[in-house]
Parts: sequence; structure tokens; C-alpha cells
Amino acid sequence: MSNEKWLMAATGIIIGVLAVILVVFGNPANMGFCIACFLRDTTGGLGLHRAGIVQYVRPELIGLACGAFISALSAKEFRSRGGSATLVRFVLGVFMMIGALIFLGCPLRDLLRIGGGDLNAVVGLVGFLAGGLYGGYFLKKGFNLGAAKREKTTQAGGYMFVIGAVLLLGLLLAGIKFNPAGGGPLFFSQEGPGSQHAPIWIALFAGLVVGFLAQKTRMCLSGGFRDFFLIRETGMLIAYGCIVVTVLVLNIYLGKFNLGFANQPIAHSNHIFNLLGMFLLGQCAVLLGGCPLRQIVLGSEGDLDAAVTVLGMIFGAAIAHNFMLASSAKGTTLYGEVVVIAGVILVSLIGWAYREVDG
Amino acid sequence: MDSLDVRDLSCPIPVLKTQKALEKGLTELQVVGTGNTSKQNVTKFAKLKGYNVQLNSETDDEWQMVISKKPGS
Repeated sequence: MSNEKWLMAATGIIIGVLAVILVVFGNPANMGFCIACFLRDTTGGLGLHRAGIVQYVRPELIGLACGAFISALSAKEFRSRGGSATLVRFVLGVFMMIGALIFLGCPLRDLLRIGGGDLNAVVGLVGFLAGGLYGGYFLKKGFNLGAAKREKTTQAGGYMFVIGAVLLLGLLLAGIKFNPAGGGPLFFSQEGPGSQHAPIWIALFAGLVVGFLAQKTRMCLSGGFRDFFLIRETGMLIAYGCIVVTVLVLNIYLGKFNLGFANQPIAHSNHIFNLLGMFLLGQCAVLLGGCPLRQIVLGSEGDLDAAVTVLGMIFGAAIAHNFMLASSAKGTTLYGEVVVIAGVILVSLIGWAYREVDG
Repeated sequence: MDSLDVRDLSCPIPVLKTQKALEKGLTELQVVGTGNTSKQNVTKFAKLKGYNVQLNSETDDEWQMVISKKPGS
């Protein structure tokens, strides 16, 4: 096996181990790492949605951004660039998040759920792959959001994303309260998933490690399948396999493995919408050139379009909860079901509208 | 020689554009791009399809390579 593949395997194992450790230290079950859930909690932590049970600024995300930033700087890959159909990327970020919150997890959590025995996540993975293939069809037809522009004069814009993450950490550590009665600037869940979290420093450290490795290996939960179809590259698939196997083995060892569809933590068994939610997510991820994790890493490397995509995901999380689109362990909502179908159609229209025609 | 500009495009468009250009039956193609990810992906793709890849220049900002058909193929 090449060095590259060993690095992929090691990355997968490390992500798997850290994900289980975070759950042992307090994160919700099968949610050691979930970019969508963490963004949703952070959105609530900032008071941008009012679902009291999912409000917590997740230090893992801050660590991810900082780890990826350090890795990009050290590899001289930090480059401030942006301006490629920014608003379209924002909208795709919104739908990527809505898809994730219908299913209840990003593709990374999907793998962690499979490792915990949650068979609903297998349905989700099928949807994610189908959505990715469907998005790939638009790419083949010439879908292109256009080239980004590099910032020639200054790299200042590229630092904004990671500075924002550090500011959030400052607020989290300082514990300032502007409004002692109502809460804020940060909000903290008293119950539910948002109240379940590993200690700040452990979460931050785990995020740093994963961010660093994810930047080095260009880890992307949609990119691996795409690379396999396009260039027969199996490295990333090895990483996915290592994540699942590591989590599976550790869950069995810790007695947390529970095979089946019913009674899975923070999950529901509406198969059609588990499939469609992840279908929408896969479709958006392929058109955006990366899954939620990859968008955070790219944003930390100075990619302003990816940073805006993350803001789109935050906005998506806010409306998903404010408009009752997000699912819960009880199942989906009618609004969520309508919007996920509308999302697939709308994102298809975007895919069609942004195709390059050979001239 | 035909040339292709894939600078600052998001993944995997550099690979798809290279694929499209090569499918036209070109024997030689110059590709200019940015970033290590697309450099590696375009190189892997061309080699997988049986082409020679020669990296002619590379700076922190940009790379330039020539993809050519192997003699006799």
C-alpha cells in the first residue's frame, strides 16, 4: 500500500477513535463528529434558532477550522480566493443543511451511525450515493459555477473565517452574559443533544487533530466516491472503511453497538425521507465540490466561497428549526418533507442553469 | 498545441474538463491550473487513461503540465 493510502487509513482510524472518545466524554450517541449537527448546535448557540434542545457552540468546529488553517499554512496551501457564484453556493449550502437535518446527520455522522449499528444510516448512505451520482450527471453535462478569483493584493479575506472561529472560542471561554435573564450572546441547552457535550478542551483538541488531517488528506465524504468513479482512486474509500470499522469495533467493545432500525439515538426510521434527505445533501455536495466537512476545511484554507457555503449551512440550520423542517427522533415533519422534495427540484434547476454550453 | 485553463475551478471540474478535451482525440494538451488537489487529480486521471504527464512549471500559485499520448498508443 502506498504512503498516501496508509495516511488515509491512519486518518480514518484516528477520526473513528476520536469520535468514540467524544461520545464517551459526553457527546450525544453516534455523534462524536457531525458537521451538520455541530453547525446546527452552533447556530442555536448563537441564538439564530429557538430550538432550546440544540444550542451549543461546538468547540470541535472551532478546532477543525484552526487545525485545517495550521495545516494549510504549513503546506503553503493557504490562498485567499472567492467570487465563484457566491450566492448560488450560499443557497446550495442552505439545501445541503436542510437535507442533513431531514436525515439527522452529515455523511460523516452517517458512517458513525452505521458503526453504531443504526441501519437507517445505510438507507441514508444509499440516498447520499444516489444524490451524488445524480449531481455528477450535471457535472458531466458541463455544470460549472465558474472560476474563483485570487486575492492578489492582500490575503486578508481568507483569514476572516478562521478569525470568526477563534472569536467564537473567546466568547465560549469568557462566558460573558449580555442579558443575564434571557441568555446571550451565547445560548446553552439545558436538556437534549445540545446539553450533551465533551469538555471544551477535549472537543477542541479532537477538532484540531481532525482538521489538520482532513486538510492534509483532502478528506471529503463525497470526494472519495467521486474520485473512485472518475480516477479509480481508492484512498479515500479506505479512510471511510477505517472510520466504520474502528467505530464498530469500539462500540462493540464498549457495549454501545445496537443493530437495527428501531430505537437508534437521534435518528428516525422514515426510510423514504432518510433517503431523500441524504439524496439532496449528496446532490448539493457534488455541485459544491465537497461535503460539509470539506467546506469547513476549504473555508479555513482561505476559500471565501466555501466560507459562504458554511454560512449558508448556518442559515439553513436556522430556517430548518424556525420553520419546523428539521426532523427529530419522532420523525419528519410535513414541512420538511415538502421542502426536501422542492430542494431536489430547485437544486436540479441550478444544476441545469449553470451548465456550460460548448461554443 | 491545444491548451486548457482550469485555474481556480472547484473539484472535480478540472478533471472533467481535461477528460472532455482529451476525448476530442488530442495527442497533446497543455493544462494550466492552481492548487495541489487539482494537480494531483488531473495527473492521476491522465495516467489512468494511458497518457504521459510532464509537469513543466510549478509555483505556489500555479502549475502547468503537458499531457501527451504515449508513443505507439
